[in-house]
Amino acid sequence: MRWFASPRSLRRAGIAGMNWRNAALIAEQNPRRFYPRVDDKLLTKKLAQGAGIAVPELYAQVRTNHDASDMHQILDALDGFVIKPAHGSGGEGIVVVLGRSGTMFRKASSALIDHEGLTHHVSNILSGMYSLGGQPDTAMIEQRVVFDPLFERITHQGVPDIRTVVYRGVPILAMVRLPTRLSDGKANLHQGAVGAGVDMATGALTTGIWHNQPVDVHPDSHNAIAGLQIPSWERLLEIAARCYELTGLGYLGVDVVLDAHRGPLMLELNARPGLSIQLANRVGLRHRVAEVDRAAPVAAPAGARVAFAMQTFGGIVEPEVIRAASQAVDGPA
Amino acid sequence: MRLHVGLLALALTVIGLSLAWYKHHSLGFPLSPDATTDAWIIEARLGFEPIGGAVKAQLKLPDAPPGFRVLEENFISRGYGIAVEEVDGQRTAVWTQRRPSGRQALFYRATLMPRDDPEAPGEEEPAPLPPPVPDYEEPYLQAVNSVLDEVRSRSADVATFAAMLMQLLNNPEANDNIRLMLEGKRSDVDRVDTAIYMLKGARIPSRMVRGVTLVDGARDLQPTAWLEVHNGQRWVPIDPTTGKTGYPDGFVKWWRSAADPAEVTRARNVNVRFASKRNQLDALEAAADGARGEQPAMVAFSLLNLPVQTQNLYRILLLLPLGVLLIVVLRNIVGVKTFGTFMPVLIAISFRETQLIGGVVLFTLVTALGLSVRFYLERLKLLLVPRLAAVVIVVILLIAMLSVLSNQLGLQAGLSVSLFPIVILAMTIERMSIVWEEHGPGESLRQGLGSMLVAVLSYLLMFKTGMEHLMLVFPELLLVVLAVVLLVGRYTGYRVSELVRFRNMDTGA
Repeated sequence: MRWFASPRSLRRAGIAGMNWRNAALIAEQNPRRFYPRVDDKLLTKKLAQGAGIAVPELYAQVRTNHDASDMHQILDALDGFVIKPAHGSGGEGIVVVLGRSGTMFRKASSALIDHEGLTHHVSNILSGMYSLGGQPDTAMIEQRVVFDPLFERITHQGVPDIRTVVYRGVPILAMVRLPTRLSDGKANLHQGAVGAGVDMATGALTTGIWHNQPVDVHPDSHNAIAGLQIPSWERLLEIAARCYELTGLGYLGVDVVLDAHRGPLMLELNARPGLSIQLANRVGLRHRVAEVDRAAPVAAPAGARVAFAMQTFGGIVEPEVIRAASQAVDGPA
Repeated sequence: MRLHVGLLALALTVIGLSLAWYKHHSLGFPLSPDATTDAWIIEARLGFEPIGGAVKAQLKLPDAPPGFRVLEENFISRGYGIAVEEVDGQRTAVWTQRRPSGRQALFYRATLMPRDDPEAPGEEEPAPLPPPVPDYEEPYLQAVNSVLDEVRSRSADVATFAAMLMQLLNNPEANDNIRLMLEGKRSDVDRVDTAIYMLKGARIPSRMVRGVTLVDGARDLQPTAWLEVHNGQRWVPIDPTTGKTGYPDGFVKWWRSAADPAEVTRARNVNVRFASKRNQLDALEAAADGARGEQPAMVAFSLLNLPVQTQNLYRILLLLPLGVLLIVVLRNIVGVKTFGTFMPVLIAISFRETQLIGGVVLFTLVTALGLSVRFYLERLKLLLVPRLAAVVIVVILLIAMLSVLSNQLGLQAGLSVSLFPIVILAMTIERMSIVWEEHGPGESLRQGLGSMLVAVLSYLLMFKTGMEHLMLVFPELLLVVLAVVLLVGRYTGYRVSELVRFRNMDTGA
């Protein structure tokens, strides 16, 4: 293994660096006035509901510390829920509660937390601990996604989510983020989750990346990653593509979770999606961006853009691999 | 847009560098702080004994002597009123006192810096009217005419005419007419006086100039007399001993007349003594003082004119852009992660007080201790702002304790914390503990070390490379820094850290 790649070889591979992403993608494609549509998750949710895009249900929002002491009346009626800051970033400040154990709440990490702990967490959210620039924030209490058992073999607690990068309305890259024991059930690569590349044509997983190192199996369960196929893949891509019209942002990260009952739900949007997705897919962004600029029907409706993406960027995973993987899931389990 | 930024950066660089070059080359601002320049201190001591009643003492003063810049002038005289006036077209110090007693000594002192700009050989002045021919009496009439005829036949213009005449006057034994004119007169003042008297016969305007030649450590300089003739455009100095034109190096033109430089009413034993002394001056001070005298526009933009306290503030303020530039390069081209964007620069500035090693130790100690307190506070479940305030208070307590402790141990570093950015430290601790919890201790320590590394590098860049002096004297270099920052702002290439991060990616296409 080498320690360095030459800039020229990275350019040949079409890898986007941080500076290029900021200058050519974010500065060019994302008008700042549209940022609140993605940075404010309450607003995102409202917009998505208006456009008929499925999202996790919002149970309550907490705006003041006074509300925070009242919120337990709402929480007591719920079995599982998620508390998150409306302006959080990078998955920070999200608490997933699976259920109860006596008077305590059981977190996704199976640690317990009491009423006071939750109130303190909410007050941290309200005072802006997790928001960009420390602005006072709102806490959201929303439906906990009962995730599709599909990923159970290759995930450790938590909710795996599917990140799709959409450039000018065309999905160009996708990855599945699989929580690990290390990431404490969080689907964030920085925190130790596995990122797995996705074949754009079939929704089948390619290979994984863990701590910037390629992996073929999930580090906790040691089950193979490649070949597992995401169901209703085309519908998921269409949700991602439609988020372009929703926000007006030309470079957009769309996070979708698969709910066991409701199918793909749009969890949140990101106006500055990161570059790890290139590692997970072992594909550079720049070639795909150039391809969209050259040939994609960017003015066409979402369905046509998805068709273009599946046709142009897909076909990496061999059908045999998918078949073998689906047998592994159905067979012994 | 790329071209636009490029041209803007180019323009800024050119303006910044050429301003700095002009200041260095033409105005003599030094590039390094310890450059010194030769300067001279000249002193005139006016001594007299009052004979009763109010005294008015006048001393003629040099007025922009050619070949020198006057950096500073002082009048030392206890109990006297002092005014500088024009008296008969001559700059003059006028001291007055109602009833002085005992022997009096008044001083005039000036600091002069030689300058090597190609000085015109005399002052530009409107030509005076040609003097009337004096009524020479015999036998002088004949002598003057014969000398003038002789000189006229061997000279080309006014300057050579006067020079030739001066040469003849220097050698009275060779010429009877000259000997006649100089009968009983020995001194250079007499010779110049005679020359002026004879030049009137040729209707050439001329005058006497008195001055001193600088000698290091001289206590009793004798003023010498020089002849100046007007050639229609300017006054041309003529050496009374050799007849050469132009003043030599080290000659300070002082006053214009055959009379004594001083005049004191109601006093006796009036004398004036001249002294001179070489002085090593801070080149920066000399350049700034010199520029003040002649380039008011340039000086309006100079920070060296500000009060010293404000200057000291700018000393640091002007270094900030360098630290900021370093951060820009390290973050956008190298890809180092730090806590807070410009926090390391502020830490680096505090290192200036504590010195590097002490600062690093102090920073590490306070952060580590503060972090442990912060972890304890986390368990108390406080609101964000009170918790931050608590960390600030704890940090101050820690620093105070460390100061007391290091004082006991006889260490200096712990005492120089005045500028240590306590609030910045508290914010750092807060950020570190959040990263610690969210991303694990490894990431937290990595960013902490990154911040420390950047702080140390910017400290070295700002305070250990002579930049402090350079930026204060040539603040226009900020334009160059701005240009570099703008260029980096359009850099879309890979960061060094990305070459590592994506090292396994270059196989696929």
